[in-house]
Amino acid sequence: MGEEPLIRWEWIGNNGPLIRELVADNIIMALVPVLVGLLVALPLGLAAVRWRWLYQPTAGVVNVVYSLPSLAVFIVLLPITGLATRTTVMVPLAFYALAVLLPAVVDGLDSVPEHVRQSAVAMGFTPARRLLAVELPIAVPVVLAGLRVATVSSVSLVSVGALVGRGGLGHLFTDGWQRQFPTPIVVGIVLIVLLAVIADLLLVLIQRWLTPWSVARTATRRVTQGAARATARPAAQSAGQLAGQSVAGPGRGDAA
Amino acid sequence: MNFLIDFFGDPANWSGPDGIPLRFAEHLQYTGLSLLIAALIAVPLGLWIGHTGRGALAVVLSANAARALPTLGLLVLIVLLMGVGSDAPVLIPLVALAVPPILVNTYEGIRGVDPDLRDAAYGMGLRGGQVLGRVLVPVALPLILLGLRTAAIQVVATATVAAYVGLGGLGRYIIDGLATQKYPLTVGGAVLVALLALAVQGLFTLIQRVCVSPGVSGRQKTR
Repeated sequence: MGEEPLIRWEWIGNNGPLIRELVADNIIMALVPVLVGLLVALPLGLAAVRWRWLYQPTAGVVNVVYSLPSLAVFIVLLPITGLATRTTVMVPLAFYALAVLLPAVVDGLDSVPEHVRQSAVAMGFTPARRLLAVELPIAVPVVLAGLRVATVSSVSLVSVGALVGRGGLGHLFTDGWQRQFPTPIVVGIVLIVLLAVIADLLLVLIQRWLTPWSVARTATRRVTQGAARATARPAAQSAGQLAGQSVAGPGRGDAA
Repeated sequence: MNFLIDFFGDPANWSGPDGIPLRFAEHLQYTGLSLLIAALIAVPLGLWIGHTGRGALAVVLSANAARALPTLGLLVLIVLLMGVGSDAPVLIPLVALAVPPILVNTYEGIRGVDPDLRDAAYGMGLRGGQVLGRVLVPVALPLILLGLRTAAIQVVATATVAAYVGLGGLGRYIIDGLATQKYPLTVGGAVLVALLALAVQGLFTLIQRVCVSPGVSGRQKTR
């Protein structure tokens, strides 16, 4: 490397428009697949909870797709979707998002306690209203935990697309490599991590907003923790389950 | 399909420094080594945090941010700074990729163990380390293994980018094929990586069958 500094600040100043364009590209290519994944995962997850036998085969297929390397999928898609198009990058990312979100939706709906479901039935809720007003809200924390993992990975995975000509901020990596110039690479890494952290924080805020009761509950838990383990147990258990299952990502299907 | 026949049928692809066996071995070496290092870092750390509860928030938050580290960017930067003299340039980004899922799952697995079980273990006179080793780890094992499997599959798939900076592994076929517009080479490489990933998936299912206590996995009915 010699005397080349890790970062040349003037490069950033000179390339403002390019960086802004790549950031926007990265955001679109990361978020659209996650949204599509969510839109597919919700009905699929609902169906899998309603008809149990569906879950194993669907989870199996999704797992197999998840294990395909993104670079390989990009390349197989090239003749269909074209070199350096957004679609080439977004199609596999949507499948990865689905692989993370499907188990999250299923686990989320499974986390609805039976007595709550029965109370809703007893109160005369129709199945549709029960789903919208009771089951989905309770599933929100688990689904959102999955959504956080999917979003963060998606933001970072977009960069691999640079190898097929369209990688958002990943362009800075191939560019820096070809010119043996570290500044764009450092800028790219920092911006991708920054984007992911911002997206993650936004999702945490959305979760707070959608489930105000969970904030109250964790506060109570903190107070009761240690003093009375036994009474805090249900909350602790469910919290463990929430986080544990959703961070695990795909692969819940064959765990047993 | 014709691409695959072209690729796998060509004897030149089966021997020499560019042969499938050697590339496969390189790929396994990158994957295995980086998983091993990641597990050596993440499993003890996750056990410790899960058991003591110390520093949990900070570690989980930073693990989540670490998921965002782009492997390609790290790889390119490290090679630019260090050169390709050793395997280190490819190992560092892959370890960074593998640590978060292993760490978070180990921690959550230990923390999610029923507190009654933990109390019962202490009540039976086990000490801290014994509780961890004999009760918490066996009960948390499915989640820990799931973390290792997720990490392994991601590493197998991502190790392909090593070829971009001139290193070996199965990614060579993909990158070289792309650069020289030899589509069969690319597809063949992609298929090999996918097969390896599926094999890893199968291996972990097997490990899970063998290692997880029947009482935990629920395969044995409890009365």
